[in-house]
This record gives sequence, structure tokens and C-alpha cells, in this order.
Amino acid sequence: MKALIKRLKQKFNISDPMYQRDNEVFITVKKEDAVSFITHMNKVEGFTHLVLLTAVDWLEDGKFQLTYLLNNNMEKMDVGVQVFLDREQAEMESIHHLWKQAPTYQRELKEMFGIDFPGSPRIDEPFILEGWQEIPPYRRDFDTKAYTEETYFPRPGRKTHDPAEYMKQKLYPEE
Amino acid sequence: MSKNDLDKRIVTGPDGKQFEVDPMQDYFCQERPKVHEPSANKIWEKFLNWARAESLWILGYGTGCGAIEMRPLMTPRFDAFRYGIQWRPTPRQSNVIVIGGYMSVKTLKRVIRSYEQMQGPKYVVALGSCTINGGMYWDSYNTINRLDKYLPVDVYITGCMPRPEALLAGFEELKKIIKKGKGEGQNLYAKNFDEYKANQKQIIKNWDMPDYNW
Amino acid sequence: MGFEPIKILYAIISLFIIFNVGMLLNGITRKIGARVGRRHGIRFYQPYIDLVKNYALRSNISHGIMFYLGPVFRLTGGIGVYLFIPVIYGSQYFSNFSFAGDMVLVLYFIFFGLLGMALGAGESGHPYSALGVGRGLAQVTAAEIPLVIAFLGVAMQYQSLSITEIVGMQQGGIMNWTMMTNPLITIVALIAFLGTMMRSPFDIVLAPQEIPIGPPTEFHSTFLGVLQTNRAIFPMAKTVLFVNLFFGGATNWGILILKAFILYMVSVVVGTVFPRFRVDQSIRWFYKYVLILGVIALIATTFMFK
Repeated sequence: MKALIKRLKQKFNISDPMYQRDNEVFITVKKEDAVSFITHMNKVEGFTHLVLLTAVDWLEDGKFQLTYLLNNNMEKMDVGVQVFLDREQAEMESIHHLWKQAPTYQRELKEMFGIDFPGSPRIDEPFILEGWQEIPPYRRDFDTKAYTEETYFPRPGRKTHDPAEYMKQKLYPEE
Repeated sequence: MSKNDLDKRIVTGPDGKQFEVDPMQDYFCQERPKVHEPSANKIWEKFLNWARAESLWILGYGTGCGAIEMRPLMTPRFDAFRYGIQWRPTPRQSNVIVIGGYMSVKTLKRVIRSYEQMQGPKYVVALGSCTINGGMYWDSYNTINRLDKYLPVDVYITGCMPRPEALLAGFEELKKIIKKGKGEGQNLYAKNFDEYKANQKQIIKNWDMPDYNW
Repeated sequence: MGFEPIKILYAIISLFIIFNVGMLLNGITRKIGARVGRRHGIRFYQPYIDLVKNYALRSNISHGIMFYLGPVFRLTGGIGVYLFIPVIYGSQYFSNFSFAGDMVLVLYFIFFGLLGMALGAGESGHPYSALGVGRGLAQVTAAEIPLVIAFLGVAMQYQSLSITEIVGMQQGGIMNWTMMTNPLITIVALIAFLGTMMRSPFDIVLAPQEIPIGPPTEFHSTFLGVLQTNRAIFPMAKTVLFVNLFFGGATNWGILILKAFILYMVSVVVGTVFPRFRVDQSIRWFYKYVLILGVIALIATTFMFK
């Protein structure tokens, strides 16, 4: 693993790696170099398996973080590639020419987070939600409790029989 | 069915004439559901209700996590066949639809389509607490909270998920309801059709079916 | 023989008896299957309750006139097969409407029901119905080969086309049955019997794991009730026909029901043990092996009974 990191540092401008385990490491890459970095890992270094592609919503920093988890089956190594995107203009180059399962991940990210991958096949088809008209639901500024109470008729009368609540009601009735 | 199938288009008939076709109006029946009153003779109706209760045909459609509690009923340990319950593959031939657990908006559209294609006195059995008040997914953006705003329910079986013995007890309860003559969910749906349809259309936003799927 | 109107009443009574025997056999078969699988199983009178419930449904959808006529044709085929078979030999009450040459008419009626059903299922417009109908017609056409060969063999052996005469020539002990005097033709006939009974290994038409139910997909309430009535009558009629031609017929109701039960159980036992053929496999099997066996049996018949 250390030899791999040394090789990569010579070629690309990557950050310091964060070691999760002995054979699993997370590297942060800039958005412009990301696709060429991943292509290099796929073709040259032997990381031929794309395990997953997910996103994290950093609301306070105003960024989306994409994580590509790559796996090298021969040497049993995992490398996670983290890419930071701007939250207002969430766009990223597509990697559908490298793996056949990438378009499905990208479709889900477009529907749930709103991150666009121009050029990916079938990117605009709905994945799970049909006829969704609000903001993408996995964003942290989407209040799902308020949406539920307004759209689906909640049944009134959810009582609680928690003893702590009961004692609190009894001892401090005015709160 | 893709979006293009439902647009108006020009079609050439077999004799060369061209005419315009509007699929939603021309290919589907636009009538509302009818109210089918029970027969006037009380003893005959009691006999028919007994026959309907003793031979319940369930639609084999597992919606949600209740499906995994329905499958053990076909095995020798719980054996629902001795109660006269059989599974049919098509909605046209079945009488009972078992809604198992949570209902997402996507499944609700398909369940409504299946329910409206069923014939005769039809019954709905709702499993689990997600159909009563939302259960575990009460604050999810994609699952409904109360099933009886969208479909007329006859029996609720509580639990998260109820065990197969609880399902059998629920079917016994359904049989008692039918034998008393109270299994009139179909007529309730036909009488309050506008209200049910308004509720359904409020949450299913890509409505590309006719109003009532005969 | 002249035609007396009282024969209609006797024909209706024998039809009623055979209908009950068919329903009870259906229920008992399911019960035996369940008990073999170590569970209590369905009640043996359940087919009656299903029939009453289907007729009692309050609404139904029709797809057109041919959809309405499909089950009617099927039931007509079933009753038609039954009405021309002499059920009890030597009885003036229960020999139905048999006449000289009725074996050919029975062959026609066996296929007529399926054709009507195919037209009705096609009108319903469901893609699964069309798939099932295509498979069903292909398979029944292939299964008719051993049936026709067996009938030809029997006609050549006894030099007559009237079922009553054929039964008459088999009386007088077990050694006179066609099963004993001409075993090859009986084997071909048994294969034909299995092929048309809609059980494994030839039940791909109605197999619920392959396509949901096949041709009867769109049929419901009263239509399905008519089809279920036919399902009680038609297999029993074929069983009685085979008992008459190959196993000596019967001189009273008890022996007839016993022989029909044993023959029906043969098809049930084969159905429980063997898995299903695909359509192309079963057609190939019928056209290769069964055809060769049938031709050998026919040639053997001509030499044995010159």
C-alpha cells in the first residue's frame, strides 16, 4: 500500500491518505483530475472493481462529497477516492465508459441529491420516485417530517406510555 | 407503458384510412364503478356469503414485508389450505388482496390498478402497523400513513410483522365478517368513489391510468 | 335404434352422476397429494364451494362475443364427448346416445372444446392468454398422434367403429380385455391418455410457475365457473372412454367408478413423480419415439388379427 501511495503521489496531485485499515485508504482528489485518476487506477494499477459510488451532503460547508470505492481483487486492497463538489452547481464528469454499473449509481445520485452527470445514459429517468416535484429528498435541507405531515394524512393520537414521560408530566405539570 | 404510448396520434387503419386516436379516451372504458347490492332473499344471501367465506382466493402479490409472512401459510406447518384459502395469480380471479406492510407511492399505483380489476365482492386485508398509522416509516417521504384513505379495508392485522398464526386468526375474523354480511368494501368504494380518487390523485402525481381500471 | 325422448332424461342423470364423480375425484386427488406432503390439506368437497362462489360473484367483465362463447364451446366439447359414450354396457338406461361409428365423432369432440377455448382466450387480449393458447394447441396437436393410432388399432382389431360392440367383444373375463390381447396398442393409448390429461409431464399449458395460468387468465366469475364445470366432466369422460375401449368396460356403476378411479390415479401418480416437459421437448418426444412405437403397434395389430 505504501508503495502504491508513493507511485501515485509522483503522478497526481493528491492529498495525504487517511488509513482506515491496513489495506483500505481514502484519498481526496480535485474535481478536474478525478476521472483521469480513476481511469489510471482502473487500467494501470489493477483496481478493476467499482464497489460503490455515494455522496455525502456537507450542508455547513456548502459542498457535496462524492466517494468512489475501488477494489483490487488480486492484491486485496481498497482505495476510496473522495471528490468535493460545489453544492449550488453540482455537476461531475460521468464514468460510464469504465464500468457498466456506473450509470445506475449516477441515476440514483441525480434523483436523490441532484448531482448531474451529463452524458450518462438514462440519467433523467426516475429511479424510485415517480412524479416527484420537490427538491431532491436526500439533501439535508429537505424536511421529511413536515412533508409527511402535510401530504400523507397522519392518524392523530400517537400516545406514549414511556414511564419517564409519565413521571415528568406528573411532577412538573406546567412544562 | 412509455409516455409516447398515451399521446394522441394519427393511425392508419387496415383499409388505408387515417384517423386520430386518443388512447386515454378510446382504449379504456370511462365508466364509474357501480354499486352491486346484495340479493334481496336473506336465506339465499346467507348461503352465498357462506360459500364466499369458505373459499377465499387471495391474489398472489406480495407488496412490502408482509409477503414473507404470507409464504409460510402454504407450507405444511401452518397450512392455510384447510381453511379454504387458495392463491391465484391474476386479479381477475381473486377475491382478497393482502396488503403486507408499508406502501410506497409507486406500489400504491400498482395496487390500485390490481384492486380495481378484481370482480365481485372483494375484500382487503391489511397487515402490520404501517397501514394503520404509518408504523416504523411514519416520517418517510415516500410511504403512506393511512391505508383506508385510499382503499376500503376490511380487516387490520396488527403486528410488525404479524406471525403466520396471527394471519390465520385474521382470516378467521374476515370469514366472520363476511358471514355476517358486512363484507361490502366494493360498494363502499363505489359510493365514495370521488373522495377515494381525490386522495389517490393527490399523492400519485404521474397519473397515466384511466379513472377506474375496469 | 330408434330415438325415445326418455333417453334425454337418462342422459341427464348419468351426466349428473359423472359430474359429481369428477368433482369428488378432483378433491380427493388434492387431499391425497396433501397427505403425502404431511399436511392436512384441503377439504375434499372444496371444489363444490369454489364453484358456488364463482357463480355467485356479482360483477363480471366481458371482452366481446367470442370471449363469452369460449367457455361455452369448451363445456359443449366436454358434454359432447360424454354423451356419445355408452357408459354401462348392456343397460338400456345408461347407454347415452351411442350409435355405430361414434368413435370418430368422439375424436372430433375432444379437439373441438380446445379450439373454442383458444378463440375465447385470444379475444381477451391478454398476452399471457395468447402465449398459453399457442403452447396448448401445439401440444394437443402432437398428443393426438398416439390417440388416433390407438383408436385405429382398436378399430382394426375388432373390425368395428361402434364403442358398444367393442365393449361387447371384451366381455367374459380379464383375458379378453384389449390390455391383454394387444398390449402394444394399450401402451400407446396410455401415453395418449397422459398427454391429454393436463398433468405433469405435459402440463406446461396451465403451469402457474411458467405463465400465470395460461389461457384462462382473463376468465372470471361465471366464465370461470363454466370452465370449472368442464374440468370436472371432460377428464372423466375421457377416462370412461378409455375404460370402455381398453379395459373391458363395465356392467354396473360400481365397477365403472372403480376402474375409472384406478386409471385416473395412474395419471396422478405419474404427474406427481415426473417434472414438466417444455413444449418443444414434448412435441419432439411425441413425433419421434411415440410415433415409431405407434407404427410398430399398428403393424403388429395387422399381423395378429388378420
